[in-house]
Amino acid sequence: MSASRAFELEKLRTGIAGFDQISNGGLPLNRSTLVSGTAGSGKTVLALQFLVMGVQTCAEHGVCVTFEEAPEDLMRNVASFGWDFESLNRNGQIAIVDATPEQGEEMVEAGAYDLSALMVRIENAIRKVNAKRVVLDSVGALFPQFSDANVVRRELHRIASALRLLGVTTIITMERLDEDGGLARFGVEEFVADNVLVLRNRLEQEKRRRTIEILKFRGATHQKGEYPFTVDHAEGVTIIPLSAIELKQRSSDLRVSSGVPELDQMCGGGFYRDSIILVSGATGTGKTLMVTHYLRAAIERGERALLIAAEESREQLTRNASNWNVDFDSAEKEGLLRIIARYPETMGLEDHLLYIQREINEFQPSRIAVDSLSAFERAGTPKSYREFVIALTSHIKKVGITGLFTNTTSMLMGGASITETHISTITDMIVLLRYVELYGVMRRGLAILKMRGTQHDKDIREYVIDGHGMHLVSTFRDVHGILTGAPTYMFARERDHLAEMFGGSQSEL
Amino acid sequence: MTLQLGLFITGQTSNSLRAMENLRRICQHELNIPCEIDIIDVLEHPQIAEDEKIVATPTLVKRHPGPVRKIIGDLSDTRKVLLGLGILQNSSAGRMGKEEGAGNERE
Repeated sequence: MSASRAFELEKLRTGIAGFDQISNGGLPLNRSTLVSGTAGSGKTVLALQFLVMGVQTCAEHGVCVTFEEAPEDLMRNVASFGWDFESLNRNGQIAIVDATPEQGEEMVEAGAYDLSALMVRIENAIRKVNAKRVVLDSVGALFPQFSDANVVRRELHRIASALRLLGVTTIITMERLDEDGGLARFGVEEFVADNVLVLRNRLEQEKRRRTIEILKFRGATHQKGEYPFTVDHAEGVTIIPLSAIELKQRSSDLRVSSGVPELDQMCGGGFYRDSIILVSGATGTGKTLMVTHYLRAAIERGERALLIAAEESREQLTRNASNWNVDFDSAEKEGLLRIIARYPETMGLEDHLLYIQREINEFQPSRIAVDSLSAFERAGTPKSYREFVIALTSHIKKVGITGLFTNTTSMLMGGASITETHISTITDMIVLLRYVELYGVMRRGLAILKMRGTQHDKDIREYVIDGHGMHLVSTFRDVHGILTGAPTYMFARERDHLAEMFGGSQSEL
Repeated sequence: MTLQLGLFITGQTSNSLRAMENLRRICQHELNIPCEIDIIDVLEHPQIAEDEKIVATPTLVKRHPGPVRKIIGDLSDTRKVLLGLGILQNSSAGRMGKEEGAGNERE
């Protein structure tokens, strides 16, 4: 490890959320990196964020060379991210070089030329603000201004080499025509960059999905493949570094109550404090009730709880909870509970993830519930849903709080769902809630399918829901196959039962 | 009427030297009006290049009379320079007009 590291080029931490993880530490120091992507893929935002983060997180100044958008437009466009380019410019932290073509100005070519003036201006700006970071956005706009594309390519190459000598790290953005075609227009990539990032903005099953891929870093390591990212009005580009998520979770021996005393007993004293619990069941089995119990247990201890609701509105949830004598309203007023009710369809899964993470970081709850997690399946492709679940789970684990997710199964009896197959391996505990049909009567059964790190009750317990909530009663005896949804009865009991059932009616006859 | 011109160069490169030489020749032999020439070395005055948004060098800027026009290159193509300065009208050079049309298309 240490030997391979010795050869690796030094990197510059960008400060862009997630990027430094997928790039194993940032952009190659003092090199140029080409950022290629179709129109609207987020190139300019990423590039400008690189400059802003430089000032905000590393006190490194920057130069923005704009070829396409006039400086005023550029500043106005990024103001929506809360980036005050104007004052950064005024304070001498970011210099802007305006290389946009003058409107309506004719330019005649009469002989040989080069772009030395541009280079001189960039150099001048770098000196002026003592810049460490440079952005050229987007060099594609340079080509139509000159008749000879070869000259432009050659000069860009020269500029990139000169910037390297000036000790600045550069991002060069370049438009590409389509997602699967050439890397960049005008053959720029062959001339400019040892390092290439590709931003994609694909339409997958009617959902937009943005990804970033590090195509190459010459002489440096990076994570491979595409990573989803989102462009958000509070933070700009946020990359979700999925496979770079480390399995470095603390383990706690502390137990917390599930809110249902009998369930606590079944799992040996409650949930582990930093565990993820999946409650899976068909509609009406009492999942939301279980969530209510779970939240109340925190509130009663004076701890904060966060509820992400995806199926019911705040009013519905509050009303239902009050039926079980849980007062969500006053808990929210006391600052012990926060309910975020948002339909999954309102935005992409990457954005949901970002918002939930932000809520967790802001509210600092001791436990979180997502009711139901499976509703988020609707908001993305199966792939992005899986990524969402993994990223959410690992974030909850990282902050070391308890997470309870519910999962709605499509079948009333038994059955598995996508959510179960996706996340059963990353949850620490799975609680199944099932309808059980016994002798023509619907009853409900609860089973703990797995629980990491401890012994748990293997029985399938019947539970009832009354005015006070959920109560676990006796174990189902002499019945097999409850989980599959097709129970069979043991013969001896069956005969008794039949005798009982028909005995009564026979005497009536 | 005086023609006010600015010529942006970068040091003593061959393009710079040729551009100065060609401009002198054109002013002396092709133009019937007096011209003021301001030669700016962008290496020494980068801020002027910044203010006038010069990207390529050499660049000849016609500052007065308006409108402002920019002619880039070492000015070896005399006809293009005259066209760019608005001295040579398309009517006075029939075949030139054709050439310029082709040039526009390329742009």
